[in-house]
Amino acid sequence: MNKYSKITLDGLLYQNPTFMLVLGTCPTLGLINTASGAAGMGLTVVVILTLSNIIISALRKVIPSQVRIPAYIVIIATLVTLARMILEKLMPDLYDTLGSFLALIVVNCIILGRAEAFASKHTVAESAVDGIATGLGFTAALTIMGIICEFFGKGSIFGLQIMSFSMGFFSKPAGAFLVYGLCIAIFVYIMDNVERAKRIKKSKALSHEALVEGTPAGAEAM
Amino acid sequence: MGTFIGVVLAAVLTNNFITNKTYGICPFLGVSKKTSSAVGMGVAVTLVMAIATLVTYPLYTIVMDYFDIQFLEIIFFIFIIAALVQMIEKILQKVSPPLYNAMGIYLPLITTNCAVLGVCEMVINDSTMSKILNGATMNIGWAVLYAVFAGLGFTLVMIIMSGLRERIGCYKMPKALTGFPIAMVTASIICMAFTVFSYISI
Repeated sequence: MNKYSKITLDGLLYQNPTFMLVLGTCPTLGLINTASGAAGMGLTVVVILTLSNIIISALRKVIPSQVRIPAYIVIIATLVTLARMILEKLMPDLYDTLGSFLALIVVNCIILGRAEAFASKHTVAESAVDGIATGLGFTAALTIMGIICEFFGKGSIFGLQIMSFSMGFFSKPAGAFLVYGLCIAIFVYIMDNVERAKRIKKSKALSHEALVEGTPAGAEAM
Repeated sequence: MGTFIGVVLAAVLTNNFITNKTYGICPFLGVSKKTSSAVGMGVAVTLVMAIATLVTYPLYTIVMDYFDIQFLEIIFFIFIIAALVQMIEKILQKVSPPLYNAMGIYLPLITTNCAVLGVCEMVINDSTMSKILNGATMNIGWAVLYAVFAGLGFTLVMIIMSGLRERIGCYKMPKALTGFPIAMVTASIICMAFTVFSYISI
């Protein structure tokens, strides 16, 4: 496995910002009542995260480490201001849906967290891949929960009416909290089982090999 | 007087930052394992929200309106909040060491708290505030009052949540549910309870 596919898998699954690290919860809970709003938020974060990762990683040798956090915040705030102006002009519908959460991307822990933990230590190409992968992990998680919440809350998916009944509970923060909590639990359960299955497979292969060769390491694996 | 009660009820109960607007969820989930730390975080957030609004509201309405640079609000506000948090930390360290020790670890976290930037953005937004004020003209007094009581509403929900989580810690549950998932389900039930307050009308 080369390093780019490892970065991609980390961002999408093993370190998924929404389900595994539980970062950026405010926009998640605020916007998953509609699938299109959730997907729009996710894609905006993909763009801003990738650009901020590229800029910060390109400037990582220039920025002194004592003032790195204010420097990161300026870069992120500038990108968010630009994104806000562009969305207001080109996509007014999405701008209205995102509302105040668009400005609050500045204090989204995912972007500052990736800048501090990844972009300040890696090359520009790696940081760009990490930005896209982490952002897409966030988008995928938000869209899945958005579809669930919109289906139960409004009876529609991406605005397309499917059912005639609806439960208003799922359009409110209360339903968002419930769906988010249960989605984390299901994701952790699946990942846990996959990891366990992988481990059993590996230990069986090891023990078989050990039996053939007769090395003592096999006894431990059994 | 009617407007005063209206603003207080709107800030604490009907427009509660956690249960209605979902601002400030990171500290709500991260620092609510013990009641003492939840109170400390709540008080620190309330203090920073009040001071940040006191500074950013006049800056926006007087200086930024005059120079016509409202589009720079995010950059200005986040810088002012970061500087204020640093300043409050240094002043507390000098003036009241016991309070600093109690609050010290929570203060730096507040810079990246949605609730602080959220309240600064909210009080300059005329359409949301005119609904709450019910006809009265917006000024800095209402802005700071709203920020203080929004912070107290945040503290209230933090305390409720920490009490529940202390009890939840005593019980056994499936491994996948421990930690964040069960906290979110608890928060969902608190939100349902707070929905009742949306029927208040003044």
